[in-house]
Parts: sequence; structure tokens; C-alpha cells
Amino acid sequence: QKVTVDVLDHLERLALVDFRDSEGVERLQKAIRFADQLREVNTDGVEPMDSVLEDRCLYLREDDVTEGNCTKELLKNAREKVEEYFVAPPGNIPLPKLEERESFLQSS
Amino acid sequence: AAWKGGLRFQVSAALKEGRVTPTELCQRCLSLIKSTKFLNAYITVAEETALKQAEESEERYRRGQPLGVLDGIPVAVKDNFNTAGIETTCASNMLKGYVSPYNATVVQKLLDQGAVLLGKTNLDEFAMGSGSTDGVFGPVRNPWSYSRQYKEKSVPKSHSEDKDANWVITGGSSGGSAAAVSSFTCFAALGSDTGGSTRNPAAYCGVVGLKPTYGLISRHGLIPLVNSMDVPGILTRCVDDAAVVLGSLAGHDPKDSTTIQDNFKPFELPNLTDVSKLSIGIPKEYHAPGLSSEILALWSKAADLFKNAGAKVIEVSLPHTCYSIVCYHVLCTAEVASNMARFDGLEYGHRSDMNKSTESMYAATRREGFNDVVRGRILSGNYFLLKQNYENYFIKAQKVRRLIANDFVKVFRSGVDILLTPTTLSDAVPYTEFIKEDNRTRSAQDDILTQAANMAGLPAINVPTALSERGLPVGLQFIGHSFQEKQLLTVAKWFEKQVKFPTIQLEEVKRHDHDVFQHQKSASFS
Repeated sequence: QKVTVDVLDHLERLALVDFRDSEGVERLQKAIRFADQLREVNTDGVEPMDSVLEDRCLYLREDDVTEGNCTKELLKNAREKVEEYFVAPPGNIPLPKLEERESFLQSS
Repeated sequence: AAWKGGLRFQVSAALKEGRVTPTELCQRCLSLIKSTKFLNAYITVAEETALKQAEESEERYRRGQPLGVLDGIPVAVKDNFNTAGIETTCASNMLKGYVSPYNATVVQKLLDQGAVLLGKTNLDEFAMGSGSTDGVFGPVRNPWSYSRQYKEKSVPKSHSEDKDANWVITGGSSGGSAAAVSSFTCFAALGSDTGGSTRNPAAYCGVVGLKPTYGLISRHGLIPLVNSMDVPGILTRCVDDAAVVLGSLAGHDPKDSTTIQDNFKPFELPNLTDVSKLSIGIPKEYHAPGLSSEILALWSKAADLFKNAGAKVIEVSLPHTCYSIVCYHVLCTAEVASNMARFDGLEYGHRSDMNKSTESMYAATRREGFNDVVRGRILSGNYFLLKQNYENYFIKAQKVRRLIANDFVKVFRSGVDILLTPTTLSDAVPYTEFIKEDNRTRSAQDDILTQAANMAGLPAINVPTALSERGLPVGLQFIGHSFQEKQLLTVAKWFEKQVKFPTIQLEEVKRHDHDVFQHQKSASFS
């Protein structure tokens, strides 16, 4: 069962990383085949496990501000900034469609 | 000074008694780091700050007020822990140049105890891998490659052959930390362990590698891989030292709500003499395909060691062991897909020049910043999390996880105290051989003996056991009950004493500082 180009494209958009070449796609195919081995296990009546600490009540601290005021510190690591803002390129512009992208998938 | 191996309070005692000063210790380690640079164990050496910390420690010793056993002790930290003011790269282009604004809790705890932070160690990119070969700063070399023990056993194919060509890997992903401890450039190092990343390199490098129970040590500041399995790992040259470091790190952290709130009391390890009340379990499924006959024999010998000393040694079964790798593969990639989403170039890390739109900037940044392994896992993870796949892959894997965890519960409930298993399938392989297979295949093969402990959240430790026929370290693994580190380490310490693992004989170290490092079987600090 090969993964369709539609799904590959969808994954590239969701993940915002690209497959880059056929090796990348083959890597995914292999990963899926590998994961399919899970089917062999009988899990009837078994509940999914989120965490090994599921039987405990974990600590939640009070919703109080206890630290902060470190704007300068945090901005130091950003490349593009203006005053106290991180600067992003214009939003609400979807990634170009597959046909228009310079994606490897376009040729496959 | 005569440093007899295995005795507690070696270097710490020397510091207290003034036989060596923290600055001397720090300088020796820094200079040894320089002369072992070819190992590529360190990404960043924080020379200035380390010397400053050493000076402050010296002042405290002068006043007779050391902070504790760790005061003045040089340590190294894997480069996926945030360290304030020091670059934290995760061996990735994505974080090159990123200077953390804060210390991970475990780093802060070490510093609060007066430890001297020498630098950040090398790893596989974002801790994904089992060789410490896939980071942007290049692979880490196993110090044992340059040991007299290995050189004596390796037959050069021809005189003209590059003596260097046969160097072996450290294992991973905490290879830099393991190499640093193994080559005496620090007394303890932090690693991380998600599928075996602390125990695997510990075995290959002949050092103690402890994976604590999930929930015992804070992950705050540890750049996450798999939130439900990651733990900070501890690498030292002897079990007593691991106990000391554990004592300074364990305990609830309000900044990490996955740390349990039980009161943790640091402990000293008793010198166990009577093992007759112990029940050691030998899980038959750990006789995995590909296990070398050498390690199988060693494992058997170890079981006999316990039996002859009066312990009850029984074969047990953990039937779902063979599925732990597949299960891990799905859960890991799924969590990775989520955890890596934070790297978008806006707030920190690499940012692409592409600026047509936010989405395209994100895509370009991630394309430029991540290596193939990371990108591959992100894509796979997203696949398993797609609506049409969620139930069949992610939920299914979570169910299998419960089965794996239950296997251990059943065995421990039946009266077994500790499980004894191999840590790796063989001794360290040469780099040239290792890279013939791709990262995922390698990880799948190498993690088989260590991964299940992460699934179940159990504490596990690698204890260096013997040298292989090739003169390289082989270790064995002990797995204990949840939060029963004291029992686990007590048994590990007893075993360590029985096997008397040899000290690595490195030219560079010998040339270096005779008084500190000579005559010691295990250069422990505690």
C-alpha cells in the first residue's frame, strides 16, 4: 500500500518539512511498513497508556505569575525583532500549491 | 597521592584535605580536554566560567565551608540541556548560536552544589540516534579506540594503514558525555535517556550509566524528545558516584509537573555482603537475535556469580519485549513531530532568509535547520497522527506500551527484585562499519535491550563488566522496581566490586597528570 502523493503533500504542509527526494519518501514507506508490525499484537480490552505516572495525581502549581520581566533576555535569541516584538513575514498566505512549489513531489 | 580504587570520598576527600585544589583539578581537566580533542566529545568548552566556578569553590574550601561532596568537582553536560549563558545546540544547525537564557533544573542543581561545569558534550542531532555520529559537529570517538587494551588486540592490516581508521563509536546518543567520563576529562556527566541513550554509550565506553525512574528527576530545561519517556541520565566511573549525583538531582520540581511529589532522601550505598535474600530475574527474551556469543557468555557468567553467592536466580518472561522497538518507533516519532514544532525560526534558533510568508519561512527554516534523521521522524510522526491513522498506529502503540509495562509489573510482583540483562548486542563497532546502515535501522537494532525500560519508566543501570576479545568494554544492565534506585544501585555496586572492571590505559592521560590519576582503578570522586 503506497502512500499517495496527496498524503505526502498533506504531510509536508502539516509538518512544514519536506521529503526532499525519493529517499525521503522511501524512508516514510519503510517506517510505515515497520510500524505495521503492531498489528500482530492482540490488544483487545487493553487501554492506551499515556504515561507511566497515570495512577498519580501530578502537581499543578497555582496560576500565579512568579517570574518574567525578561523581555530583553528572550529577545536576544531572535533574529528579527522590532522594539519588543518578534517580526514575522506576512501571515495568512498558504504555502504554494504542490504544482507551484519547488517540491520534489511535483516531479513524482 | 594514593587513590585506591573503589573507596568512597576520593577526590572529594582530597579537596577537603587540600591535597588538590579545585582550580588545579579544573585546569587539569581543561588541559586533558585539549589533548583529547580528537575524541570530539565536547561541543563547547566553557573555560572561563569553569575556572571562575573553580576559584569560587576554592574560596569555600579555604573557609572550610564546601557546599557538599560535589563542590569543585568538574562535570560535563550533554548539549541538549539548557545552560544559561552557554550555547546549547543539540548538535543541530537549528540551534547553532542559541545561547540559553536559563539553566535546566538539573544543571542548576549541580551548580548550586558547587560543581564546575566544564562544557557541553556532543550527541546525535536532537538525541536521535544510537551512535553519536549524526550531529552537525561530527561523530564522537570512543576513547577505548586509543587504549592500549584495544591497540594490543587489533591487527593492523598494513603498516601504511592509517592507525586512526579503526576507531570505534561511543554509542549514543549521549556519546560525548560517556567519552568525557571515560577519558577522565570530567568526573561525572549528564546525558539523557529515551530509548537507551545513556546506557548504550555507557556500555561501549566502559562507564556506569544510570537511567533513573521516570518522574524522579526534573526534565525542565532538557530539550524534549519524547515527553513521556525522556529522563536525564547520569554517567560516572563508579556506582557510588552515580548515587551521589542522583542524590543531588532527584526530587520534585515545581517547574516539571511530571516529577513525583514523594519526598526523596539522598542515600549512601551500603556495602552489600549477603545476596542470599535477592531474587534476580533473567528475562529470556533478552537473548535477542544478534546478541554476540561473547556477551551471552558474560551474561551467563554474571548469573552464575549471583547464584554462587547465594542469590535466587530465575528465568522470567517479558513476552512483549520484541514489540518494544516498533512501539517506540511510533510513539517516539509522534511525540517528536509535536516537540519539533516549536522550531520555527521566530523566537530562537536558526531562521531562514525566506520571507515571502510565515509558512514558507517556517518551512525553509526547518528544511535548513534539521538533518535527515530529524526530518524523517517528524514526517513519520505526522503520518501516524493523521486522523485516518491515529487509532491504528498511535493508540495501538499506546496499548502495546501498556502490555510491555505490565510484563514488568507481573514479573516484579512475582517476587523478583532485579532483572539482569545485557545492555548491548556486542562491543563497540568501528565507525566505518556503523555508518553502513542508516540511523533508523541502527537505532532499531541497538535499542532492543534498553528501550523497554523507558516504555515502563523503570530505573536501569549499565555496569561495565569486562573487556571483549577486541579489548573493548562490555557492560551488563540491571533493571529495578520503580523508584527503588537504592536497591538497584546497591546490587549494581556489589556486582561492580565482584567484576573489577579494568581501568582504561590511555597515553594522553598517562602523559598528563600522574598524581591525580595514577594508581586508581576507578577515578571516582565520591
